[in-house]
Amino acid sequence: MSHSPTVAPHNPALQHHFADMEQQQEASMMGMWVFLITEIMFFGGMFLAYMVYRYMYYAAFVAGSRAMDFWYGTINTIVLICSSLTMALAVRASQVGQRKALVVLLIVTMLFGCAFMGIKAIEYTGHWRDHQFPGANFHFDGPDPQHTEIFFSLYWAMTGFHALHMLIGIVVVGFIAFYAWRGRYGPDYHNPVENVGLYWHFVDIVWIYLYPLLYLISHKHTG
Amino acid sequence: MSAHIVPKKTYITVWATLMILTVVTAVVSRIDLGDLSAIVALAIASCKALLVVLFFMGVKYINQRMTIVVIVAGIFWLAILMVLSMADYGTRLWS
Amino acid sequence: MTPAGDLVQADTYNKLFTMHGQVMVFFFLIPAVPAVLGNFLIPIMIGAKDLAFPRINLLSWYLYIICGCFMIYTILTGGADTGWTFYTPLSTSFLNTHVVTAAVAIFIAGFSSILTGLNFIVTVHRMRAPGMTWSRLPLFVWANYATSIIQVLGTPVLAITLALVALERLFHFGIFDPQKGGDPLLFQHLFWFYSHPAVYIMILPGMGVVSEIVACFSRKRVFGYSFMTLALIAIAVFGFLVWAHHMFVAGISLYAGLAFSLLSYIVAVPSAIKVFNWTATMYKGSISYSTPMLYAFGFIGLFTMGGLTGLFVAALGLDVHVTDTYFVIAHFHYIMVGGMVMAYIGGLHFWWPKISGRMYPEGWGRLAALIIFIGFNLTFFPQFVLGYLGMPRRYWQYSPEYQVLNVLSTAGSTILAVGYVLPMIYFLWSMRYGKVADENPWGAAGLEWMTASPPPTFNFDETPEVTWEAYNYGEQKEVPVEP
Repeated sequence: MSHSPTVAPHNPALQHHFADMEQQQEASMMGMWVFLITEIMFFGGMFLAYMVYRYMYYAAFVAGSRAMDFWYGTINTIVLICSSLTMALAVRASQVGQRKALVVLLIVTMLFGCAFMGIKAIEYTGHWRDHQFPGANFHFDGPDPQHTEIFFSLYWAMTGFHALHMLIGIVVVGFIAFYAWRGRYGPDYHNPVENVGLYWHFVDIVWIYLYPLLYLISHKHTG
Repeated sequence: MSAHIVPKKTYITVWATLMILTVVTAVVSRIDLGDLSAIVALAIASCKALLVVLFFMGVKYINQRMTIVVIVAGIFWLAILMVLSMADYGTRLWS
Repeated sequence: MTPAGDLVQADTYNKLFTMHGQVMVFFFLIPAVPAVLGNFLIPIMIGAKDLAFPRINLLSWYLYIICGCFMIYTILTGGADTGWTFYTPLSTSFLNTHVVTAAVAIFIAGFSSILTGLNFIVTVHRMRAPGMTWSRLPLFVWANYATSIIQVLGTPVLAITLALVALERLFHFGIFDPQKGGDPLLFQHLFWFYSHPAVYIMILPGMGVVSEIVACFSRKRVFGYSFMTLALIAIAVFGFLVWAHHMFVAGISLYAGLAFSLLSYIVAVPSAIKVFNWTATMYKGSISYSTPMLYAFGFIGLFTMGGLTGLFVAALGLDVHVTDTYFVIAHFHYIMVGGMVMAYIGGLHFWWPKISGRMYPEGWGRLAALIIFIGFNLTFFPQFVLGYLGMPRRYWQYSPEYQVLNVLSTAGSTILAVGYVLPMIYFLWSMRYGKVADENPWGAAGLEWMTASPPPTFNFDETPEVTWEAYNYGEQKEVPVEP
């Protein structure tokens, strides 16, 4: 084995191509942030499309936004912010070695995530029933129905990819919760919890931008 | 990594601020601000995002400059995509 | 061969150039140097045991295999015929070929590319051996680092663009469909935002290879090391600011066209700096005409020609005439094939002893290099003329007055093919019968030449400690190790 001659006792989680845990943790965190900026660019393409078409067809976008359910969107925003709190507290629990709190907080985070998905499922069903899915069955009564179809295309694409990321997040948090329950994480090693936390918060941030852009375009008193 | 342990109170304060900002953005959207409404909505969203990044994601407490560079680069590149594309759309009717 | 298109019909021709473009860009040039040479060399060159994330590296490889299977499936079941550029609404609304499977294959390839880029960035930042500062890194490492920045920032935009095309085909979304109010140019903005930096993903690793080869076979340190590194980063950054030069005649605003044209001229400057510095490296150097050096010469000359013709097409006025003609095809093939493929093959020869522990036969190597150079120029130089005379690209038939140059080009391509097949044969041959290589058959500088050929599992027997600058040709060097 090509180590330095004396193999010092080391953290069992240390991967052997790293010199020490500090290097491993720094590399791990940097890798996660680099991955997150790829996600910024991924969602960014859709945000560009949104920007272009809102600029071109403002009235159609206003009409489409008014057809969204304000309360479902707002409740979902609140749900996600709460999930970010529990996720941040979970990471903190892993840093101070509180195993039970860690597991509970991770499970609560998952539950918030499932609540989000449930509300989205209700919304999607409603939109589908109301012929607000683009394609042959699309029908919309408004000032500019043809371009409102583009609004809904972007709505389905943006929230759809967001929901996909949420789903993946819930599954991964589930795995982390299981490993946490088995006692894998503590003050000496909790990178995976931190990294999953970063991912979860990022997905929350995407929704923080989606919410006003999709649900709140124009809810004037006159509307 | 010498992680700074953030007190629970900080997290809860941030959470409460995010809640308040959510209410603010919902309420403000019902006021007719004309062209300004998009900017205000994005500004509030950006404040919320900044709080999440700084506190929940711990960026305020890390001591690695490179992470900040990575984040800023990501946001800057998104800006390149949007600004230069809108430079086309925004100027198409000029001539 | 003949103007009337006797060999294939229109649909087949469209599929051929589409598949050729997609496979060459996404499945060959983008992964080639990073995957084949970078994965192997970057850890050794920085004195590390492995990349930062070996399992993500393996995932990147598996994803490449999976997407390769998707692509082969696409080809075998009839392929797509959109052009490698997938322009809408042709690709979304009017074709019934395998656009979605091709898009899925490329989407997965994009993931593979992103993971490699992520791995390289973290590795270079965090895994350098003691004493290996940024300013001592070989330019090959810098080049792959710059490439990785582009991969990480650009590829996701391609991913979302192809995903939206797939959604549009499958669910009739209408985001790019003019009949529904969509803008085809939005697709082009999103597509080219990645695909222009993609050409820099393709060329930068080749530039890194050339720097290593030129320094070694001139027995001199690379001239202007700091400017070389700045140029690499400048190309990576400025490469993101020029994409709409692919859209000059597509309908973007004139003012946007002006801005992108100016930026395209600016992005040529760092590439030119690199060409000057390679030349200056060779000046008063002790040149040996080994096979890798012959490929490096070929790169420098042909890349320069391709790059200069890029300036032609970056000019709005001239582009109106030569866009979508064979001039553009010749331009990018000079860079991609005359430049990048030659750099890749040169790199394979240069590091072959390190990778396989064997030497290839030098005589055959030089012969193949010469054949490739001649075949390449015979194939592609006529295409500059054809494009200038007005022959359009992507047409299955052409006017009879272009026939002579077309036949010349085809003849050249058969010579080129011979040149490509030769290395395949002798590399295979050398794995059993080639001369056994020692640690440093070229007498080159760099950490990879201070370990066995091929290297041990963790690259070095002891972690090296670097106390010398890069390219320290002509200086005595010991390899101090950590106690």
